[in-house]
Amino acid sequence: MAKIVATTGNSAMAYAMKQINPDVCAAYPITPSTQVMEEFSKYVADGVVNTNLVTVESEHSAMSACIGAAAAGGRVLTATSANGMALMWEMLYIAAGMRLPIVMALVNRALSAPINIHCDHSDSFGARDSGWIQLYSENAQEAYDNLIQAVRISEHPDVRLPVMVCQDGFIISHSIERMEYLEDDEVRKFIGDYKPMYALLDIDKPVTLGSLDLQDYYIEHKRQEAEAMKLATPVITAVAKDFEKMTGRAYGLFETYHLDDAEVGIVAVNSAAGTIKEIIDQYRRKGIKVGLLKPRLYRPFPTEAYVKALGHLKAITVLDRVDSFGAMAGPLMLEVRAALYDLPKRPVTIGKIYGLGGRDLEESHCQYVIDELVQIAASGKYRELCEYITVRE
Amino acid sequence: MANLKELSKRPDGFSPGHRLCAGCGIPIIPKLLYKVTDYDIVVASATGCFEVATTIYPYTSWLKPFVHSAFENAAATISGVEAMYQSLKKQGKIPANRKLKFVAFGGDGGTYDIGLQSLSGALERGHDIVYICYDNGAYMNTGIQRSSATPYGASTTTSPAGKVIPGKMQRRKDLTNIALAHHIEYAAQTAVSHWNDLATKLQKGLDIDGPAFICVMSPCVPGWMYPSDQSIEVTRMAVETGYWPLFEMDHGVFRVNYRPKQKLPVADWLKLQGRFRHLFRPEYTYVIEEIQRQVDDYWEYLAHMEQAFPAPPK
Repeated sequence: MAKIVATTGNSAMAYAMKQINPDVCAAYPITPSTQVMEEFSKYVADGVVNTNLVTVESEHSAMSACIGAAAAGGRVLTATSANGMALMWEMLYIAAGMRLPIVMALVNRALSAPINIHCDHSDSFGARDSGWIQLYSENAQEAYDNLIQAVRISEHPDVRLPVMVCQDGFIISHSIERMEYLEDDEVRKFIGDYKPMYALLDIDKPVTLGSLDLQDYYIEHKRQEAEAMKLATPVITAVAKDFEKMTGRAYGLFETYHLDDAEVGIVAVNSAAGTIKEIIDQYRRKGIKVGLLKPRLYRPFPTEAYVKALGHLKAITVLDRVDSFGAMAGPLMLEVRAALYDLPKRPVTIGKIYGLGGRDLEESHCQYVIDELVQIAASGKYRELCEYITVRE
Repeated sequence: MANLKELSKRPDGFSPGHRLCAGCGIPIIPKLLYKVTDYDIVVASATGCFEVATTIYPYTSWLKPFVHSAFENAAATISGVEAMYQSLKKQGKIPANRKLKFVAFGGDGGTYDIGLQSLSGALERGHDIVYICYDNGAYMNTGIQRSSATPYGASTTTSPAGKVIPGKMQRRKDLTNIALAHHIEYAAQTAVSHWNDLATKLQKGLDIDGPAFICVMSPCVPGWMYPSDQSIEVTRMAVETGYWPLFEMDHGVFRVNYRPKQKLPVADWLKLQGRFRHLFRPEYTYVIEEIQRQVDDYWEYLAHMEQAFPAPPK
């Protein structure tokens, strides 16, 4: 029986962690994800979880302890944001390279400098090459649902890769929304027991983990990691199907909104999608055929599925809440544009950088984007391949 | 403590065939570690000579569970392993009678310098671990760069003896006493030249339910520059000259475990090693005098510690 609550994105993630009941959780406080660990610490203090909580002295040690704990052979979760994740950077790659199923609640926040505690996606998008699966969440419900599904995805024998579940700092993490919680036993049944393939604590079957791997083997192991990423896509779909059976809430590789019959479209992850949907409704009432693709998955990048969903459009604007300084455009735009390249008749694809450091994406910004898309669709020409919006210039 | 003959018959946890240099002091430590105890041990190691020379895929020297993740985090990694053990044990997923122990290894670079924060965190949190620093006094794995464990006056590739600077001009960090400041039950300094002292300290560290820290002087042939059959002698001389005192803090009692019968001048240790050769030029006599002053000063400090933390009256 679902329980309807009004709660924040952070509380939703903490509640999912409580229901997952990991064996070990190692974490370090950082705004805006701190509350996830505060609330989870309370669950530990009250004895409602079996988790051994390791309150480490830095995020680098948080991920290191998660790696040790996962290698030991149990279920491991953590939470962080921005600079905290940046301090984990080295260990992110190691967690993935060691093929350890660690799940991270990432509350997206801008990277310094200038120091800023508000939302953008420079943390997770910067980690796109680290070997972590990345699931994005528009709201608290999705953050909660994704975190529960992440456990199954991460531990799947074909995958065995860490997963980060991303939600927007403050915009979602600190805003109260209506959402539905599952019962504890539903979650526990859904995620099942974890049986590691190799465990340090299995003294009778000793293993050496984290070996020195030179020219004669390294690339084969990286090739296997790449294969695991590929295999993750069908696993993510299958886990979503099971989740839908239990909850009625459908998840795929992405969500579309009025996209099938659209002529122009926007691509955006996380909370911006909520605002965009609202503005799409306005334009649809005026008869303008605009739609949205909201990726749930950025890593692995499900190229074929995105091409299939977007290929019929005349023009697309991809919104990046992150800049890849000096690049042609934002990282999501570049990948979407590249994915569409092989189509005989491909959409004109441009990008916008928006919302850095928590700047709001407002109605007028979305209207500007759609008005421009309509013009591009008519003329086939664009003014600028990538520009900043939501900025004073 | 068993004698050497008895120890040699006990099962090994660390096998030969590794690629550590001839004369390297490090392998003595894991060999003794597995032999002195009946505990099942899980080891984590920092990146460094020890790790790269014993785990070259697809081979391993580790007959027991071993994990390496990065350079600066052996203490955090073993914290995670130990935390998982405690969790699974509490949940009944590991039989109650299965007692495991957890050991982390790091070199001096990975412990004194880049791993200090991670070590401090692990000691403060009170994990049931033994952290062993094999201290060869420089970043040997990357080619002999100075660390904060490098002795005053030593020539390394980043503190070379030059025309105006006679090697490293900073005193060694006193890591064992930093570990002590975490008020842990056991912290000790020992050396591979004194197997009995080393074995006893490993045993004591393992027997404690909580964190223990052991700093082991471990000689390095290419870094210290001496013939590879002289490792034990060179290390023994560090102890005999008082450069490397053997001491411990054991449940609040501070003991100097070995007092040389006749404390030899530190120059007797320095002259055995190429890294100090430049100090014997007449213009650098003052550096040797400074090292001697530091040694004498440190023994005074140890005397104060013994007075401050005496054994309880019998």
